[in-house]
Amino acid sequence: MLKVKNLHAQINGKEILKGINLEVNPGEVHAIMGPNGSGKSTLSMVLAGNPAYEVTGGEAEFVGKDLLAMPPEIRSHEGVFLGFQYPVEIPGVSMVNFMRAAVNAKREYFGQPPMSATEFLKMMREKRAIVELDNKLASRSVNEGFSGGEKKRNEIFQMAVLEPKLSILDETDSGLDIDALRIVAEGVNKLKTENNATIVITHYQRLLDYIKPDFVHILYKGRIVMTGGPELALELEERGYDWIKQQVDNEENH
Amino acid sequence: MNALTQYIDLYKQHGELVDLNSAEVINGRRGDALRTLEKTVLPPKGSENYETTDLNDILAPDYGLNIARVPIDVNPSASFHCGVPTLSSSLFLLVNDIYAASDRAHEGLPEGVYVGSLRKFAQDYPDFAHKYYGQIADMNNPIVALDSLLVQDGIAIWVKKGVKVEKPLQIVNILQNGTPLMAVRRVLVIVEEDAEVKILSCDHTQNPDVDFLALCTTEISVGRNAVVDYYDLEESTEKTSRLSALYLHQGEGSNVMIDGITLYNGTTRNEYHTRFNGRHASLKLFGMGIEDRSRHLDTYSKIVHATPDCTTDELFKYVVDDSAIGAFAGLILVDPGAEKTEAYQSNRNIVATDTARMFSKPQLEIYNDDVKCSHGTATGQLDEMQVFYMRTRGIPEATAKLLLKQAFMADVIDGVRLDGLKDRLHMLVERRFAGADPSCASCRTGCQPTR
Repeated sequence: MLKVKNLHAQINGKEILKGINLEVNPGEVHAIMGPNGSGKSTLSMVLAGNPAYEVTGGEAEFVGKDLLAMPPEIRSHEGVFLGFQYPVEIPGVSMVNFMRAAVNAKREYFGQPPMSATEFLKMMREKRAIVELDNKLASRSVNEGFSGGEKKRNEIFQMAVLEPKLSILDETDSGLDIDALRIVAEGVNKLKTENNATIVITHYQRLLDYIKPDFVHILYKGRIVMTGGPELALELEERGYDWIKQQVDNEENH
Repeated sequence: MNALTQYIDLYKQHGELVDLNSAEVINGRRGDALRTLEKTVLPPKGSENYETTDLNDILAPDYGLNIARVPIDVNPSASFHCGVPTLSSSLFLLVNDIYAASDRAHEGLPEGVYVGSLRKFAQDYPDFAHKYYGQIADMNNPIVALDSLLVQDGIAIWVKKGVKVEKPLQIVNILQNGTPLMAVRRVLVIVEEDAEVKILSCDHTQNPDVDFLALCTTEISVGRNAVVDYYDLEESTEKTSRLSALYLHQGEGSNVMIDGITLYNGTTRNEYHTRFNGRHASLKLFGMGIEDRSRHLDTYSKIVHATPDCTTDELFKYVVDDSAIGAFAGLILVDPGAEKTEAYQSNRNIVATDTARMFSKPQLEIYNDDVKCSHGTATGQLDEMQVFYMRTRGIPEATAKLLLKQAFMADVIDGVRLDGLKDRLHMLVERRFAGADPSCASCRTGCQPTR
């Protein structure tokens, strides 16, 4: 589904990603872990197409198409979803109008007519239930005045509405208490099928108790320096990142 | 160059004709106006409070004036449909600067309300008109002096003590002519104590290829505990210039909303001069400008707190696109005796391109210690992270920016206290940002195919 080869990217002239290789197949859950500043969020931004980041080398193919050539909205239509670490507040734009614009843009892309109001509201209701999102949030401005937990649940709600093939969840666990974490994780699990895939970016192992990864990658200094199964995450929980840093830094020095 | 000379000469040659087609009270102020204008040197562009507006430039063209009051061969109420048609309101028309009652003008108006031609009002109630006409507006303002010199008619609204006008009054000002024209109007609003009225004034230009100059002075006198809303909506053309000066005096306990909404224009200067004359009065002065292409909107406001315990809430927002120019200069002046004043001023703007320009000058002058005041201005671009966030949800970039611009104006629109207008404005602003043509959307004259 996703094939990333030797991906390099920079922001403001500073190279952050220094040759990422990653392959994700339908039905898989990948966890990307790594210390602060290793490039985790940059990777998610680059895969989603944030124009502030410049790709300086390598390639990324998504469902057989050149991902990097697509603007963010086309990536979304094709099935890429980014759950933001810091969901953006948009005062003055209601959740309803925001989601309607999103849903209808996708339908237009696939040559379908806009959804009827009844159909749309019914879908919103169903999807909201997945993450136990309060109805009253729907009439509010996007993420404005939402609590940290509500913002993250709102991300998963949007994911449920857009039904992506590949979801990239960037530190979805940060700032969540244990109950919110459970709701968010259960939402993700409910949406999982054998046809879609998830990349979970996280700093801690905690989230992976709820969302079981098939693969765990460790990102450090803009490269995936180690890949393993779920046991790698447990090892990190126990030993921290220092041993990996040392190992990589030693290799660099030799 | 003194652009005023041609107007002074015009009056000197045709003063009798001007007077003949007006009323004595209105004519009575022309001498003053003439003497003032003869001494006036128009403020050059770049001078204090005229940073972006060149009055000489605006007044220089040789516009025609219909001082002989030649009737215009149109039936505006049949051909014209305003952008705010759903409003259940009493409609009054001013075609160029000539009053034309509409079919449904006085339907449903309660006793104790006069709405109609200023000229007729001044003829029918000379003593009363004399008491108010020209008493609030400052003759030293060249816009007021020129208006006073040449004006022959306009609108008078008089709401007597305790009368509550439930249906909003809608004044539609239409510019329509085949050749360049200057329309000079005067609006006199007298709201006596405990009275209530909501007024919507809309400016429209019918001929997009003709140069127009609309000159307007508005005087609003608000009595004790009266409640007044005055919405001033401009939907004109790029070839229309507008010079407007609004003067407001508020009595004790009165509550006033003034809202200047510029959806489409050419070159506009809107001035708001307001003054509290009694305690416990409140003013909301709101406005928005949507400027693109090479349009130009200049707002000047001066709010004087002369009495204690009054409240001002001022908010102006602009979106400036392409190579348009926006300007806001606002002064809130708190006099030494005006204790317990609360005054807040805010000007926020989005500049969407490298070539668009915005000038902002917020000012507070406070001459006593016991006040709560703030002012602020912020000018920036659309938030890139907001745009990106929306795009990751599949919303195309252009739509995302459109939604954000609309959202930016939401608080100004939500400040509108006239429900029909508020809903309509949300739609008009959405359509405006989406690039819809202005009057064509609302007018059925059928002129569009020939453009």
